[in-house]
Amino acid sequence: MTLAITLAPGRLRPGDLARVASAGLRTRRLRAALSSLGIAIGVAAVVAVLGLSASSQAGLLAEIDRLGTNLLTVTNGQSFFGQTAELPTAAPGMISRIGPVTRVAATGATSASVYRSPLIPSVQTGGLSVDAASLELLAAVGTTVAEGRFLNAATQREAVCVLGAVAAQTLGIDRIVPGERVWLGNQWFYVAGILRSAVLTPEIDTEVLVGFPAAATYLGFDGHPSTVYVRTRTDEVTAVDGVLAATANPEAPNQVDVSQPSSALSARAEAQSALNGLFLGLGAVALLVGAVGVANIMVISVLERRSEIGLRRALGATRGHIRIQFLAEAVLLAGIGGVVGIAAGALATAVYATTKHWAVVVPPLAWGGGFAAALVIGAVSGLLPALRAARLSPTDALRTV
Amino acid sequence: MTVEPAPGLVQPDPAGAPTGARPPVVELVDVVKTYASEPAVHALRGVSLAVAEGELVAILGPSGSGKTTLLHVMGTLDRPSTGAVRITGLDVARLSDRELAALRATRIGFVFQQFFLAEHASVLENVADGLLYAGVAVRERRDRAAEALQAVGLSHRAGFRPTHLSGGERQRVAIARALVGQPQLVLADEPTGNLDRATGLAILELLETLHGEGATIVVITHEGAIADRLPRQIEMVDGQIVADIRRHAAGRR
Ligand SMILES: Nc1ncnc2c1ncn2[C@@H]1O[C@H](COP(=O)(O)OP(=O)(O)OP(=O)(O)O)[C@@H](O)[C@H]1O
Ligand SMILES: [Mg+2]
Repeated sequence: MTLAITLAPGRLRPGDLARVASAGLRTRRLRAALSSLGIAIGVAAVVAVLGLSASSQAGLLAEIDRLGTNLLTVTNGQSFFGQTAELPTAAPGMISRIGPVTRVAATGATSASVYRSPLIPSVQTGGLSVDAASLELLAAVGTTVAEGRFLNAATQREAVCVLGAVAAQTLGIDRIVPGERVWLGNQWFYVAGILRSAVLTPEIDTEVLVGFPAAATYLGFDGHPSTVYVRTRTDEVTAVDGVLAATANPEAPNQVDVSQPSSALSARAEAQSALNGLFLGLGAVALLVGAVGVANIMVISVLERRSEIGLRRALGATRGHIRIQFLAEAVLLAGIGGVVGIAAGALATAVYATTKHWAVVVPPLAWGGGFAAALVIGAVSGLLPALRAARLSPTDALRTV
Repeated sequence: MTVEPAPGLVQPDPAGAPTGARPPVVELVDVVKTYASEPAVHALRGVSLAVAEGELVAILGPSGSGKTTLLHVMGTLDRPSTGAVRITGLDVARLSDRELAALRATRIGFVFQQFFLAEHASVLENVADGLLYAGVAVRERRDRAAEALQAVGLSHRAGFRPTHLSGGERQRVAIARALVGQPQLVLADEPTGNLDRATGLAILELLETLHGEGATIVVITHEGAIADRLPRQIEMVDGQIVADIRRHAAGRR
């Protein structure tokens, strides 16, 4: 009988590897903290950028949801010859007779301009337009007055106007004082109120609104609506969408544009802003700097710990044991940076989103990706130092004191 | 140690054989070690020696005579340029680096002049690390470390940091770490070199006690006074053995 032995090196258990890998970090805590700072900053930047854009998107979508996805707008499109087509004056009435339609309001563009005073040169319109508005407009588009009040049955016949949010700013009017007026269509109009920003229908923000009768009386308005705002039952939006054009203008349905403002806004919410790219780039640079920092600290660590390496080889460590120890140390260092970075990025997102009243969203791609990036960076930057540590001969390692 | 035929069969292990004469724990035949530096250094020039189980040997010689080199070769930390090294009958030349590491983990214990203790770990953890690469579970490592600490008389310091120990105590911890795996061979390179005379003597007495309990120990020293106490003295000069003196048991006390 031949007795033989197996001389197989023992494997380091995960717990032992964790202890051995963290030993170097525990002895030099400050150094470890500083060297993982670069990675922490990089990961924080990435997480914050992705978190903030996701949160702002969630905020916008929530706002759209609150305002309702059941708003459709009907506008006068182009005629066959490229001129602006007209909607029939009867269009709003016809549309309100469609079953699932719950509310209809209209605005009609006038040719008048509006100024703060008669002394302003007439070319400086500030991009503002004067529009006739029906009384249901606010309820239909889902906005309210910020100051004063909206037109009513009496004032819609008078030389009285209401300012959209941007129009009020442009005209320099932020409060309603009695007797406040603007120079509109070559005469004074009293200002009754200022509107809040209309998120779904931002075109209203730059409008100065007067009543349909007043527009006819004072501004020579022909009574043709240019936009009809239509609210429907939420489950019938598509059906109504299908018949709106023909109902609004039975004679030329193809000269009518029908759109759903909420879907256009949602699409915009999905789009990434160019600024995100910039900050992600900065985050990537910080990560690169962090990687160099970790590699640097690991090289120094291997040089300083030659006698430890020699001792471990004497205790029976293989080259593989030494390699995995230093590799794990680098990964641990970067991983700690990654965790700190994720926490900082998530905190920044939470603070900013809360002040904006958005839902706090940190997408899994952001923190998962940030953490994975940190681990990969640790492994890559620790590889060379770990190989050097493993290559060291035990006798050379022990002879250095 | 696994006593089992294939797989992973390396070579017959006479040390594991239950009957018959045992081979020396360590055996060197015509070992030459030349460092390929500029100029080349002939650190060992044809060294042959054998240490049997249960021996306590002193290797004595002036600085630069090749004592540490010899110890590294005996401990498989380095391979000879020419010549054969057998540890418990296993030919080092026929073992891979990984197998040599496993050999060190299970059969050889080292004690160094500079102790080499981990300052951030407790005394018990330092001793338990002697078994880290031997594939022993953490519970058993700690239990055996506690026994080894008892054997060197340091049970009461188990929870201390090495920083808070005296030099003599530190060397006892290092000796406990070398012994915790119950190796067939303990190699000590100037274990008293960093200690004052009285402390060094106490460490020597500890090694003598452990030898009395059956350990095979090789101690390197350049102090004749220390070598004189031990049952066998090998004297080196210039990479060669110039004397190999054995005294009969008990020796001179
Ligand atoms: N890696 C190396 N490269 C070149 N020469 C070396 C190397 N290691 C040791 N030497 C040389 O080999 C010779 C023997 O060295 P060794 O360390 O074995 O001596 P020693 O007897 O232990 O000395 P000491 O008592 O000072 O520790 C010395 O001349 C030394 O300079
Ligand atoms: Mg020496």
